[in-house]
Amino acid sequence: MVAAENVRPRPEWRIAKARETLLAYALLAPALLLFVAFTAFPIGFGLYISLHNWRLGPREFLGLGNYIRALSANSEFWPSLGATLTYSLLAVPLQISIALTLAYLLFQKIRGKSFFRVVMFLPWVTSTVATAAVWARLYSPDIGLINGALRSLGLAPLRWLLEDKGVFTLIAGGLGITLPDWLRGPSLAMVAVVIYTTWVFVGYNMTLFLAGLGNIPGEMYEAARIDGANGWQLFRHITWPLLSPTTFFVVLITVIGTLKAFNHIWVMTQGDNGTQTASLLIYRQFYEFQRAGYASALAFLLSAVILVVTIVQNRVAAERVNY
Amino acid sequence: MATVTAASLSQVDTRRASRRPLGKVNPLIYPVLIVVGVASLIPFVWMVLTSVKDYGDVVSLRFWPWPPLGSSTPRFDNFTEAIRLIGVDRDTGLPMFLRHVLNTAAVTAIVIASSVTTSILAAYAFAQLEFPAKNVLFILVLATFMIPEELILVPRAVMMNKNYLNWYNTLPAMVAPFLVNAFGIFLIRQFFLQVPRDLYDAARIDGAGHMRYLALVMIPLARPAILTLALLEFIWTWNEFRWIQLVTSSSNMRTVSVGLVGFLQTDGGAQTQLAMAVAVMVVLPVVVLYFFTQRYFTEGIATTGLKG
Repeated sequence: MVAAENVRPRPEWRIAKARETLLAYALLAPALLLFVAFTAFPIGFGLYISLHNWRLGPREFLGLGNYIRALSANSEFWPSLGATLTYSLLAVPLQISIALTLAYLLFQKIRGKSFFRVVMFLPWVTSTVATAAVWARLYSPDIGLINGALRSLGLAPLRWLLEDKGVFTLIAGGLGITLPDWLRGPSLAMVAVVIYTTWVFVGYNMTLFLAGLGNIPGEMYEAARIDGANGWQLFRHITWPLLSPTTFFVVLITVIGTLKAFNHIWVMTQGDNGTQTASLLIYRQFYEFQRAGYASALAFLLSAVILVVTIVQNRVAAERVNY
Repeated sequence: MATVTAASLSQVDTRRASRRPLGKVNPLIYPVLIVVGVASLIPFVWMVLTSVKDYGDVVSLRFWPWPPLGSSTPRFDNFTEAIRLIGVDRDTGLPMFLRHVLNTAAVTAIVIASSVTTSILAAYAFAQLEFPAKNVLFILVLATFMIPEELILVPRAVMMNKNYLNWYNTLPAMVAPFLVNAFGIFLIRQFFLQVPRDLYDAARIDGAGHMRYLALVMIPLARPAILTLALLEFIWTWNEFRWIQLVTSSSNMRTVSVGLVGFLQTDGGAQTQLAMAVAVMVVLPVVVLYFFTQRYFTEGIATTGLKG
C-alpha cells in the first residue's frame, strides 16, 4: 500500500505521514521517558558510581579501584560467585526435570487436571517473603515440621538452614567417614534453600512446558503410534526434539532467575551458612554498609557473568534446538 | 530468544493441551500427582493451622491440636495480638498493619494504572503505526528485559536520596521502577497484532481516528491481555520486597512484605503462631484473587513466559 502511494508523494500524504510519526512518538513518550529515567540512566550512573568511593555522595575517584578490590584473591566476590553457581547448578536441573515430568504427566487425559495445575502454580503466585518465612519455620531444628517427620521416622534431626557443613561431609559423617574439606559439597543450608526454590518454581516451569507440549501437532503422535512406537520412543523422538525451543527457553529463564535470586535467601538465611550469593553480597554491601561504589562494581561484575552465561546458552541453543 | 518469546497468542493456547491426550493413562500417575499436590499445599496448610495455635502447641509440634485429636481450641486472637504488636501509626492513629496494607494498596494501584496505560499506548504505536526508528526502539524496549535488576538497583536507590531526586521514604520512590514494564508492552502488542488490519480501514471510513479506534475497538478486543497484565502487576507489586525496603526507612511508609520481614525480626521471631498469622494476612488477598482469575495467570505466563 505504501509502495503504491510512494510513486508520487502528494503533500496531503506527507502531512498524514508526519502526523502518524508525531502520534507514534507521543504514544511512546511516557514509556520511553520512564525507561530512560529509571533504567537507561541508572546504568550509566551505576558505572559512574562504581568508579568512586561513594557513601551518600561521591567521596573520591578510585578509577577501577572497586573492581580491583572485588576481583582480588581474598575478596568476598569469589565465594559469593561460587555460592551463586552452586545454587544454579543444583536448582536448575532439579526444577527442570521435575517440571517436565509433571507437565508430561498432566498432559495426559487424567481427572482433576486443572485442580493439580492450579495447586502447583500457587507457590509462584504467593509472596516469596511469606512463603520463605513459612519454610524457614518448617526447617526449624526444634519446632519444624520436617525434623518432626524425620524424628517420627526414627531418623536424626538436622539443622537445615543453620547448618554450615557440606552435605557430603554430613552423609560421610553419618557413615563414620571423615571427608577432606574440598569434598564437603554444598552446605545443607544451601540445599534447603534449593528445595524451597524448587517448590516455588516447579508449577511455573510446568505451565511453560504444558504450553510447549500443546504446540506439538497431535498427528505426529498418531502417525508414530501407527508405526508401533512405544511411550518412551514417542517421548524420545517426538516430544523431546519438538519441545526443545520451550526447554531452552525454560532453562534460560531459570538460570537467569537463579543467578538473581534474592528475596527468599534473604528471609531464610540472610546469606549465612554458605548461601551468600552474589546478589545478596551486593545488597548487603549497599544496605548494611552504604558502600554504593563497591556494590555497583560488584553488580557490573555479576551482570557480566549473567551476560556471558546467556550468550553461551544462546550458542548452545543455536546448535541443539530445533525451531 | 526473540524467536521463542514471539510465539503469538494463537500458537500458545494452554487450554488446547487438555484436549489432546497422549494415549492410555497409567493409573500410577495419580499417586505421583497427589504426592506433588500435597507437597505444594502442605506449607500453606501448616501456615494456616499454625496461625490459630497456642504457643504451647507450636512448641510441642502438634499438627492438629484441636478436637477430635486434641483438646485445644483455635486461637483467633493470634491475629489481633499480632496486629497489636506491630503497633500503631502515630500520624493517623491506625494500626500499623492496616497502614502497611493501605501503603501496599496505594503502590499496587499506582503501578497497575501506570504500567497498563503506558503499555497500551506504546503497544499501539508498535503494532499499528509506522514511524522512523520503530524497530530500533522496539529492540531497545525488549533489551530492558535482559538487564539484571542488580545492575540498576544501587544507582536507582542513590537517585532517590536527598542529593538527587530527594524521594527517599516517599511514595514516588516506592513506585518509580515499576511504572513501565517491557513485558506489558510486549504482551499487549502481541494481542494488537492479531487484530485484522481491515478493522482499522473500516473504522477510518466511519471517520474514526487512531485514538478513537484504540479506545473503542482495540482496547475492548485486548481485554484478556490487559487483565492478565493487571493481575500479574498486582501480584508482583503486592509481593515486592527488596526495593521498598531499600528506599523506605520509617515503618509507616512500608508495605506488607517489608512489614512482615520486620515482624519476623522482632516479636514474630519467637512467636511462630503470630508470625504465621501475619503471613496469612499478607498472602490471603493474592490467593483469593488467584483462585478467581487463575486462567489469566497461566495463559499470560504461557504466552510470554517472562519474569522468573
